[in-house]
Amino acid sequence: MKTLVFIETDSGVAVGSSWEALGKALSLGGEVEALVIGHAVEAVAAEAGARGATKVYRIDDPSRALFDLELYTEDVKAVLAETNADALLASHTGNGRDLAAAVGFDLGVGVIADCLELKAEDGKLVGTRPIYSGNILVDVRVDGRPQIATLRPRAAAPAPVTGATAPIVDVAPAAAKARVQVQAVERAETGEISLTDASIIVSGGRGVAKDPDLGFKLIRELAQVLGAAVGASRAAVDAGFIPYKYQVGQTGKVVRPDLYIACGISGAVQHLAGMGSSKVIVAINKDAEAPIFSVANYGIVGDLFEIVPALTRAAKAKLNR
Amino acid sequence: MRYLICIKQTPDTAELPKVKPEEAASGRLSVQLVVNPWDEHALEGGIRMMETYGGEASAITVGGEDAIERLRSALAMGCKDATLVKDTTADAWGVATLLAAAVRKMGNVTYVITGQMTVDGNSGTLPVALGRALGWPVLTGVARVVSADEKGITVERIVGQARHTVTAPAPAVLAVVKEIGEPRYPTFINIRKAARAEIPVWTPADLGVKVPVPVVHMSDFRKPPAREAKVVLFNGTPDEAAQALLDALLAEKVL
Repeated sequence: MKTLVFIETDSGVAVGSSWEALGKALSLGGEVEALVIGHAVEAVAAEAGARGATKVYRIDDPSRALFDLELYTEDVKAVLAETNADALLASHTGNGRDLAAAVGFDLGVGVIADCLELKAEDGKLVGTRPIYSGNILVDVRVDGRPQIATLRPRAAAPAPVTGATAPIVDVAPAAAKARVQVQAVERAETGEISLTDASIIVSGGRGVAKDPDLGFKLIRELAQVLGAAVGASRAAVDAGFIPYKYQVGQTGKVVRPDLYIACGISGAVQHLAGMGSSKVIVAINKDAEAPIFSVANYGIVGDLFEIVPALTRAAKAKLNR
Repeated sequence: MRYLICIKQTPDTAELPKVKPEEAASGRLSVQLVVNPWDEHALEGGIRMMETYGGEASAITVGGEDAIERLRSALAMGCKDATLVKDTTADAWGVATLLAAAVRKMGNVTYVITGQMTVDGNSGTLPVALGRALGWPVLTGVARVVSADEKGITVERIVGQARHTVTAPAPAVLAVVKEIGEPRYPTFINIRKAARAEIPVWTPADLGVKVPVPVVHMSDFRKPPAREAKVVLFNGTPDEAAQALLDALLAEKVL
């Protein structure tokens, strides 16, 4: 089986979870090639080789500096035709999801979206993915060739860097005209860790209500000491304590960190749908009856305004940060 | 301008854990069904566009006869009309094909608006497939509409950690997220109108298309492994409890 892995870039830098897709492709066996699209992506193309791709297709053009669904779809279809791959893999980021869907629909083949696990069986892919917001797991197979799948961020280990090098094949960008024009880009603050890529998340909920600004300040301080991303429950977002992009849960982001620290979050079904597959869950809540304690591994029944700073102090001392 | 809002009938959020694997496999659910929560935001977004830029907001769904109740919810929120495309066999690409055929039959749709994903299927691939089926540009992750007219639209999109302001020519497909607006409550007058409204039912034959054969096959529906249920609680002063928790997390090697 030959697998082509889409390596997403942003400002000439690889989107981290793309290497997880590459790692998963390598674990499937067979030949693994990478496709890097972007602008000034020489280093990313070299890194794809160093991480185990045996050939790297590169489309490097100013028109590709930002992801454009229509242009990238034509690029991917052209490279698929050239390399004749049996499978196409991407990370299930927003862009990866959209690209897989467009290529799949255009080619009339199915997409195994948002997989937690993926294996090859007789030259076909079998993905395991959650449906019903994490409440049911199902195995998915699709008709057609290439087989297309997207992998949920943090569902696989990134392909390790080895000393390998791979030939880089420059491909001209597909001759299509962009219809969507990007007028402005507002980036996250430097150093802000993406929720979906985070290995540790500290989240706040309704429990911060008596002083939301102080509550989230304390949560941010703990997150900073732990190298964690900041999250929030829907209740905190709906109350206007913190912007929507931090929302974890059913109408927000689905995350699966190694450690999820829920501060003042009751643990409603819709929140659990977003973080229920975290490896270790810590609950800090005044209410000993809160449902969050029934899914938590560790808990402290107490006021987050006292517990969170205590945890920050302890972590600073212990981790020397 | 006409805004066509695509909705899907899904289980109510609180009911999701009650869905049994065999029900998920057959599609015959015993739980309470509602408008997909993401699509409630799409309805709000579409109705606000109608109020701001003029024109008409319409709702459509693909499903069985029971989905008509969900279309009545859309009318109660303020949509001017609603259409059911009757089919329960299509997969995501099939639904996109049917919706695209319905959009062509209507002939006057300026913007198609969907929720970013559904709480049952979860893949979030339908909006893009629908855009491809129509040959229209697709904007996903739409958090705010800046301006819109017959010629084109400017929106703010959430793209990873960033926010992009983009323009696209009309007609276009928009997949919206929650930030587009909290769904309004139905008014008494709209609820009464909705209850009496005639909702046309179109079959694939009416649309002049065959339902594409599904290309996605699901098997072995199961409950995910249960989390080990017992929580270890730490007591004492805040500092004592925090210290004990930190030690436990270091022992777990998650820090």
